[in-house]
Amino acid sequence: MTTNAELQPVIVGAGPAGVRAAEALVAHGLRPVVIDESSRAGGQIYRRPPANFIQRTAATLYGFEASRANAVHEAFDALRDRIDYRPDSLVWNAQAGVLDVLHNPTRTTTRVPHGALIVATGATDRVLPVPGWTLPGVYTLGGAQVALKFQGCAIGERVVFMGTGPLLYLVAYQYAKAGAKVAAVLDTARLTDQIAATPAMLRQPAVFAKGVYFVAWLRAHGVPLHSGVRPLRVTGDDEARRVTGIAWHDGREERALDCDAVGFGYALRSETQLADLLGCRFEFASMHRAHLPVRDAAGRASVEGVYLAGDGAGIMGADAAEWAGERAALALLADRGVAIDTARAEALERKLEGLTGFRRGLERAFPLPQDWAANAPDDLVICRCENVTAGTLRQTVVVNGADEMNRLKALSRVGMGRCQGRMCGVAAAEILAHATGQPLQQVGRLRGQAPIKPIPIHLAVRAASEGASA
Amino acid sequence: MASNATNHALLHRVAETGRVAVPFTLDGEPASALAGDTVLTAVLTQGSQLRRNEFSDMPRAGFCMMGACQDCWIATAEGERLRACSTFIAPGMELVTGRSGA
Repeated sequence: MTTNAELQPVIVGAGPAGVRAAEALVAHGLRPVVIDESSRAGGQIYRRPPANFIQRTAATLYGFEASRANAVHEAFDALRDRIDYRPDSLVWNAQAGVLDVLHNPTRTTTRVPHGALIVATGATDRVLPVPGWTLPGVYTLGGAQVALKFQGCAIGERVVFMGTGPLLYLVAYQYAKAGAKVAAVLDTARLTDQIAATPAMLRQPAVFAKGVYFVAWLRAHGVPLHSGVRPLRVTGDDEARRVTGIAWHDGREERALDCDAVGFGYALRSETQLADLLGCRFEFASMHRAHLPVRDAAGRASVEGVYLAGDGAGIMGADAAEWAGERAALALLADRGVAIDTARAEALERKLEGLTGFRRGLERAFPLPQDWAANAPDDLVICRCENVTAGTLRQTVVVNGADEMNRLKALSRVGMGRCQGRMCGVAAAEILAHATGQPLQQVGRLRGQAPIKPIPIHLAVRAASEGASA
Repeated sequence: MASNATNHALLHRVAETGRVAVPFTLDGEPASALAGDTVLTAVLTQGSQLRRNEFSDMPRAGFCMMGACQDCWIATAEGERLRACSTFIAPGMELVTGRSGA
């Protein structure tokens, strides 16, 4: 029998955290398995277009981030033959010692045993729905960026970007730069939020400068920028086949604009399902307004042999993800009895610690709208998979006494659809907290369930019966 | 139902247009995409929906573009389902839009 110590470690995710983790393990003589849902490494932020996209340079694709993106891509390319890389592969179930992995192109699922596991699953956009958000032509900010970066497409001919967070101005800038018409940028944060956050933001002067640059560039190029908005609705044509405009409240009056596409989002949320299936302990993190898997400064989760790195364990950004990935790999090595450079490990922890003040500043500059749940109309669709409305959620609270997320899910089906609450979970929790008068941390979190993403049903059945007979 | 091809396109190409053409069919009509397009890009550069939501019966055209929201499933003529944002177009694919529950 192979012991845990003899098995190669497995890294889930090949973004900045996963790549740097792999690099550190390889440098110490290991050959990790790297499982990547994408077809090429880089994660979302440094996502690479298909290989035959050759017209745009890294500078065009990644802007100020080009040198960092190149560095991560080059690090990965240098590792390629020294790791067991599994692209196009989804980890859909995780148990102690074994992962179930679906290879998308061949639709086959295999079991991957693991000694130790680094979970670097990244993030998706944090969504607070607005009436009309299910119309074709409405995408997340991250989605709008993927369309451009990964496919060379704009989501419309007259695009409005809305919400808040660093991505808002970045994506608007990237679109305008690429020649797309940006009709407006609507920021739910107020200018005063951003001014109040300036001292904290200046802890990362380069990042702060980039943000200022995007805003100034957009203004100089005549893109209307509105802050302190309350989104009212995305309007569509009679058959709900396309976006025709957007309406918002500017603090004094209702305003509207014609557009044919909307990109929106409110910063990011962590992909925590695997940590959940692995039995990691979660705690509410007030800065993130989310329940997150607990980890020590080195990235060790509460479960032995499981390590967490990057945005999947709390949104800290791409630079932090690189540091946390390397740090987690060093922890894994040290726990195996491998000699590591402890000065390097400490330096990485100091860098990560140093980001906390800046991270708080970001939350202050781009706060999640506190009045969103109170203002959400009853007919607003919260769950886009199963068409569950805010009114249904409130009714479930009043009639059935639901006061916890999993009970709300069981009774209303919110979060039970194909996305498993990735798009609606944040909003449903805000609605539930508001409707029950509880603080957000009291309403709990949706438990992760296998398969964490839809897989062909016969594969799940086969894997389950194999598991039973093993 | 009106053919998808007669609808306006949601996505607009702004870069990387010099790629090889890939023939496929969209709702039974011949169509052409570019190599490296996802199924989502191939369809939405010429139409405005992928499927219909089985609960609301409203058209859907994806949302997150990164394999998380599960909004972009589309049917093939053989009845197979593909996640459009993370499946690349291949020559001869027969894609059918507007299926409920695809």
